[in-house]
Amino acid sequence: MAVVFEKPKSLTDVPFHYCPGCPHGIIHRLVAEVIDELGIEGTAIGVAPVGCAVMAYDYFACDMIEAPHGRAPAVATGIKRCRPENVVFTYQGDGDLASIGMAETVHSAARNENITVIFVNNAIYGMTGGQMAPTSLPGQVTQTSPYGRDVNHCGWPIRVSEMLATLEGPEYVARVAVNNVKNVKNAKKVIKKAFENQIAGKGFSLVEVVSACPTNWGMTPKAALEWVESDMLPYYPIGVYKDRSAGEEK
Amino acid sequence: MADRILMKGNEAIAEAAIRAGCRHYFGYPITPQTEIAAYMAKKMPKIGGVFLQAESEIASINMVYGAAAAGMRVMTSSSSPGVSLKAEGLSYIAGSDVPALVVNVQRGGPGLGGIQPSQSDYFQATKGGGHGDYRMIVLAPASVQEMASLTIKGFDLADKYCITSMILADGTIGQMMEPITFEDTEIKTYEKPWALTGTGCARKHNIINSLYLKPDELEKKNFERYEKYKEIEKNEAMWEEYMMDDAEVCVVAFGITSRVAKNAVLTARKEGIKAGLIRPITLWPFPNAPFEAAADKVKAFISAELSMGQMIEDIKLATKCKKPVTLCNRCGGMILAPDEILDAIRNAEKGELA
Repeated sequence: MAVVFEKPKSLTDVPFHYCPGCPHGIIHRLVAEVIDELGIEGTAIGVAPVGCAVMAYDYFACDMIEAPHGRAPAVATGIKRCRPENVVFTYQGDGDLASIGMAETVHSAARNENITVIFVNNAIYGMTGGQMAPTSLPGQVTQTSPYGRDVNHCGWPIRVSEMLATLEGPEYVARVAVNNVKNVKNAKKVIKKAFENQIAGKGFSLVEVVSACPTNWGMTPKAALEWVESDMLPYYPIGVYKDRSAGEEK
Repeated sequence: MADRILMKGNEAIAEAAIRAGCRHYFGYPITPQTEIAAYMAKKMPKIGGVFLQAESEIASINMVYGAAAAGMRVMTSSSSPGVSLKAEGLSYIAGSDVPALVVNVQRGGPGLGGIQPSQSDYFQATKGGGHGDYRMIVLAPASVQEMASLTIKGFDLADKYCITSMILADGTIGQMMEPITFEDTEIKTYEKPWALTGTGCARKHNIINSLYLKPDELEKKNFERYEKYKEIEKNEAMWEEYMMDDAEVCVVAFGITSRVAKNAVLTARKEGIKAGLIRPITLWPFPNAPFEAAADKVKAFISAELSMGQMIEDIKLATKCKKPVTLCNRCGGMILAPDEILDAIRNAEKGELA
């Protein structure tokens, strides 16, 4: 019988712990497919965050390390500076990357550290049960913003990609989404480019993946994907925010 | 014979680290240890190594975590407030059993404190500092020569036991210059099959991690780690005894204070007081053996330290409180003078305990 669909080699057989309808599974798969296609499963080293993806070290079949909360880019820096021949990536959520780890994010981008950062933005702290994230939308109800995020009280959500794009340092900053087939296909293309940049020695490449959290948003998976389209993407538009090598010959 | 060179204590650490095969340094500026970073910034690019100034102490210790996980000899250095910031990373490094060398050239605290020498991070270094059950090997140099030799030793112990070695120095030894020699040391290398190197598609993936959600697994891991710590306690305690053969009053001091204490012991001897000194070189593991022996022989112990009294607790434990232990201390960046220790020795000899 012909095989028409199979699990990427770069994923292990460990079952995901993610909630039903959670797009982390899709995003893991996209990263793994890219690693397979680039033939780098033997040289890749991944850095897992603190947050929902904390156990990513069990899922990716390459060498893995679990970093302290927000410190993944610093840990990745240490690895990459020791082993420049390896392909080093981080996989982080919004609390990890844009709140507690913002300094590490900004400075690794400013250094144009030759790593790939996968940033999953689902506008909430998932692992701890649904608290307000640095990317939670104005008015968004969470456990710690039970009357809706009041921007006068706790400030505005941060557009990480737009902010990083203002820096001279980073090679590539782009935002994608995984709420429909078209966006998933585009997401894979962008993630692949972020890895190719590292292999080519071009430097810091971050892909912000707008995702969903049906469990903590209190929605069905379908409604959550619709909310991505109706509420998330207007605030966090899909696009390439910085591409230093754009227009260069391939 | 190797050449004698005049060096600052901080520079001696940096040079020794390079000689020990360390090619990766990640740090952040803070007085009074910045010479280490400056030395590394100058040397590393010339020898194919990496010096990187991190955006924070937090980032630098996590760069160390990554580099250590990648299997490299790696170090960072800081001073007291900076080491507090590294505490999270130190706990992760301990929980992941990767080897690293961390230097603390202590200054007065708490808070921003001051920039003058201190020994008030003894608790932080020997009892934890970060969260959870863990230990670091803590080495306390008392001279510029020892800044070098204990750095080399620290790298070796770190690799041997997959643990953090901390050089717990102070601003005085960090800043002062003394002639030292670098003997040709044989650098041992250790197999690191656990390191992140990429699987090469030839082995199962390596995972460096400190998360164990199942309590029985975490307990087992901690029990195993403490077996390793027991080995270290058994094998690696280091100390120096000075005039202890017939001593009736035992001064205990480490680092720069031990040199002041030696001076006081000599003067006391001239006055006919049988004083001696035990100088712990490893603060963890604390050298219990000389204290067990001395506890049956001396009248009293004096803990001379630049803190409000931290090592004194370990002396009481090591001697099982068999004899009185008094504190002779300065803090906040003030240094003990020989006369202050001498007074404490005279009082102890007379049985007048402060």
